[in-house]
Amino acid sequence: MSEQYLLEMRGISKSFPGVKALQNVGLQLKAGEVHALLGENGAGKSTLIKVLGGIYHAEEGEIYIEGQKVKIDGVVAAREAGISIVHQELVLVPYMTVAENIFLGREPGSKLNINRRQMSKDAQELLDAYEMHIDADTLVEHLTIAQQQMVEIVKAISFNSRILVMDEPTSSISDKEVGFLFETMRALTKKGVGIIYISHKMSELEEICDRVTVMRDGQTVGTKVVKETNKDDLIAMMVGRELTNYYTRDYLTPGDVILKCEHISDGKMAKDASFELRKGEIIGFAGLVGAGRSETMKAVFGLAPHMTGDVYVEGQKVQIKSPVDALKYGIALVPESRKEEGLYKVQSVRFNSTIEVLSQFIKSLHVNAKKEEEITQKYIDMMATKTPSQEQVIGNLSGGNQQKVMIGRWLATDPKILILDEPTRGVDVGAKAEIYTIMNDLVKQGMSIIMISSELPEIINMSDRVYVMNDGRVTGCLDHESVTQESIMQLAAK
Amino acid sequence: MTARMKNGVVKYFKDNIGIIIALLAMCIFLVIFPTTRTTFLTPKNVFNILRQNASNLFLATGMTMVIILGGIELSVGSVIALSGVVAAGCVVNFGLPEIVGFLAAIGVGALVGMFNGFVICKTDIPPFIVTLASMNITKGIALVLTGGSPIRCMTDTFKFPGAGYVGPFPTPVILMIIVFIIAVLMVNRTQLGRHIYAVGGNAQAAKFSGINVQRVKFIVYTYTGIMSGIAGVVVASRLYSGQPTAGDGAEMDAIAAVVVGGTSMSGGSGRLGGTLIGVLIIGVLNNGLNLMGVDSNWQYIVKGFVILLAVYVDFIRNKKAGR
Repeated sequence: MSEQYLLEMRGISKSFPGVKALQNVGLQLKAGEVHALLGENGAGKSTLIKVLGGIYHAEEGEIYIEGQKVKIDGVVAAREAGISIVHQELVLVPYMTVAENIFLGREPGSKLNINRRQMSKDAQELLDAYEMHIDADTLVEHLTIAQQQMVEIVKAISFNSRILVMDEPTSSISDKEVGFLFETMRALTKKGVGIIYISHKMSELEEICDRVTVMRDGQTVGTKVVKETNKDDLIAMMVGRELTNYYTRDYLTPGDVILKCEHISDGKMAKDASFELRKGEIIGFAGLVGAGRSETMKAVFGLAPHMTGDVYVEGQKVQIKSPVDALKYGIALVPESRKEEGLYKVQSVRFNSTIEVLSQFIKSLHVNAKKEEEITQKYIDMMATKTPSQEQVIGNLSGGNQQKVMIGRWLATDPKILILDEPTRGVDVGAKAEIYTIMNDLVKQGMSIIMISSELPEIINMSDRVYVMNDGRVTGCLDHESVTQESIMQLAAK
Repeated sequence: MTARMKNGVVKYFKDNIGIIIALLAMCIFLVIFPTTRTTFLTPKNVFNILRQNASNLFLATGMTMVIILGGIELSVGSVIALSGVVAAGCVVNFGLPEIVGFLAAIGVGALVGMFNGFVICKTDIPPFIVTLASMNITKGIALVLTGGSPIRCMTDTFKFPGAGYVGPFPTPVILMIIVFIIAVLMVNRTQLGRHIYAVGGNAQAAKFSGINVQRVKFIVYTYTGIMSGIAGVVVASRLYSGQPTAGDGAEMDAIAAVVVGGTSMSGGSGRLGGTLIGVLIIGVLNNGLNLMGVDSNWQYIVKGFVILLAVYVDFIRNKKAGR
């Protein structure tokens, strides 16, 4: 039976101290298919992939490649079995060239005398074959994140692997680049490569995947043919319950203008952005990666030293030179990149929740620990954050729960204006729906929200109005009744 | 309140159980060992250990904060030399009162700390390099000022901070307790303390949190400079002289105490409570080896392995606890 599968994983079990991460998990990959692996954060997808890649050793279970039982006891064994993995986190060496990175550890020429010209030529051929406009001799640190991702993929392909695993490859690249990526994937499957594709983006599944396996709580829930299923079914499989309302939004009549920004520029990516936000309103900011959306908001928040432009809060012109000023005027910003700009990873949930509001409970050499716990608990409850305790090290929580703590941290400052930069990136569907509900509640209570997002469905379904940016400028504003993916894309590529 | 305090004490023992056991084991060994049985656990020797390690504790409190910040401070040993020389010089060469000499010495420490903090904040040069440079500069100044020879100062007031007594207690032991309490209050009971952890854990995030990252760094390096200045006063006073070679390698003992105490070199986490035990471990180790009559050259070798072992055991324990 198993001969027809390129890869078959059977009865895989793996536990960590205190957790059964995988329980009797099975996965079957056919040659020439793109097989999606779906599941909420913590469902065990990454663990399964690490078992396949030889990073973890499963306690039980067998792996077959083309019907042959194989033993994968290390990264090298996995590679020799024809398995390549593009990890979510980039693992390129920034100070080496693209070519050096692609051929790292297997440079052409002898050990003491690397044939650099050959290496550069081979790398360029690979890059050109997939129409990636990247020079093989560029240093990786000079590439954009998206380009680095492409290099990772080329590197993985260059091992002539038959089984390619991609862990959320599109989480940080623009739609245009996603298109490129999909073309590359299609070209690979035509050659008989089987691809395991991990993504949180449902729309991508329909476009690129043939079959889908859903995981929940370390177990396989089932495998389906993508064409024979739909988004709601899959979400129900993932969360184990029906999510009736994915997006929650009650459109009310917004109040007066609370924030007005004119000609915002940071001297770099943000060039001339003007927009206004009314009380009780959610405005979305759409655009391609690099359009200057985050940079504009950082400038408004006081994080751009060379910022120019005018900011009015409730009609008053204000000078915001630092985040401290911004917080004083009731503006909070939940940053785009949790790991780099938000989390204190080795610290507790409590530390992470209260760092903005220390003055509320630390006074004259006295820490009011009770107050500190109350504040923390208030936002754990409000955000429905799942954490074993307040002392839990935040790095051990899932992405969705980390994000909830981040949002809670900024809500604790009691802002009038909340800026959310990619609030649901790397967050599983269950937590996403919860974040949408909370956003809706907040604007109903009179808060005003600016949401930057690269996920068009979330922009369209959550915003009163959508500002579209391109090249550091606002190119248009669309009302929620008339906004469509097409109209946004037209403005984004203007 | 009392329940909370009890919890705090329990947590303290739980967090530091590995090194507390190590310290106790060393003490028990020295109490049993034939040649040290009668000499180790005497009030005189215990005060001696504390007196000799007071300066290391001053340095280590600052070093703990610096390392939590994700930095390092190599100039503390040289500051001991320079500030000791300044203290003795003020008294002997300028006939100033001892207290002026002491304050000048602490002032010199503060200046070196401010210099470190200023350069680290205003440039992107890593703290390792900046303080390596200031270590050499400071040591050089101490040697230039004295021409390489010690300045002897034998007045009773000068001897007070390092060799004197307050009632039955040696002055440095009193100073040690005061400094430690101030440091603990600073780290655990102020916003600045939280900010130190935040900057060390993720400087970029701290910026988003509206924390003045440069100010935090400047304060911590300045504080460490002041502590080094105080250490310099105590050491000079104990030696009855300002010596340009005093404090040689003191930065390494301070770093050792901090890492043995469980503070991570990668920044963002660590506890002063652990550092205190770390200082005592290094102190008891030095003292024990002396009492046992181990050759001073061999002492380095033993010390090196003990530090490695202590940190390794702690590392394994944390890994098991999944931290």
